[in-house]
Amino acid sequence: MDKKLEPIIQALQENFSITFEEFRGETHVFLEAETIIAALTLLRDKYDFELLSALSAIDFLPQTSPRYHVIYQLTSLARNLALQLRVPLADGEPHIPTATGVYEVANWRERELRDMFGIIPDGHPDLRILLLPEGWEDKHPLRRDFPLGYEEVQFTFNVDEINLRKPYAKE
Amino acid sequence: MGIEQKLGNMGVVTTTLETVVNWSRTNAMWPMLFGLACCAIEMMAAQASHFDMSRFGMELMRASPRQSDLMIVAGRLSRKMAPALRLLYDQMPEPKWVIAMGDCASCSGVFNNYALVQGVDEIVPVDVYVAGCPPRPEALIHGVVTLYEKVKGQKFVEQVKA
Repeated sequence: MDKKLEPIIQALQENFSITFEEFRGETHVFLEAETIIAALTLLRDKYDFELLSALSAIDFLPQTSPRYHVIYQLTSLARNLALQLRVPLADGEPHIPTATGVYEVANWRERELRDMFGIIPDGHPDLRILLLPEGWEDKHPLRRDFPLGYEEVQFTFNVDEINLRKPYAKE
Repeated sequence: MGIEQKLGNMGVVTTTLETVVNWSRTNAMWPMLFGLACCAIEMMAAQASHFDMSRFGMELMRASPRQSDLMIVAGRLSRKMAPALRLLYDQMPEPKWVIAMGDCASCSGVFNNYALVQGVDEIVPVDVYVAGCPPRPEALIHGVVTLYEKVKGQKFVEQVKA
């Protein structure tokens, strides 16, 4: 681990119940959804993590508990540090508290999170659909159980049969 | 055969109205700009001096659907873009034609996923499909000439729509 990160991990350990792991020189800190806002505020105010450079998620289906990891990638320009926070979420209707109060940039990132994974940021000021077409509020394409494509592949033996039920425009 | 031979000494030519109208349509068909992806680069090349599509009466790409007869859908069409494409098609005056240029416009090509329309024939009726990824300018011009053959065979009775 980076020497400069050690006191920061220690401070997080004193204030919250966390676990952390290292992967190829990067530090991932796991914490609960209830404490994420307090942790982000602490890191921003005391340890100069002024930039939330990414907010996304991973779906680990068929693993269901936890099924999702919500990922906050923080950068400190002043100290030249990077730190990743992860919030594991169970299957069902996943909710996280919104980070818009701490980082303004989380606004669009959390709307994208809702679009793509259906993870609801509670208390978000403007939770409209961001990237997907209208009417896709309940479709979340980056979930593992979302179908990959909807087109049946046509081979020589079934091309006519599939053509019959394809929705061609007539006019 | 030039028109001089048909005229003879009389200064008169006999033909059918259908033939004349269809002939004039094929020689001044203005395509609408609908470059969506890399196929648009080939479409531009087909318009430029090396291939010179204006030899076939396509002097102008129109940016307005009101002034165009032909929509060349050049590239993959996303689900979010699809209503806009249909709106522009509806704004084009009759008679109008559509060329699906390239594999993506014809059948979504290699992209079988949630984000793209699996062939623009779900949204608008397509007259000519041009295969290729992307098609070379010759292929597009061949598609256009194929469309001309179709237009020349059209009957007035079929064009009257309900």
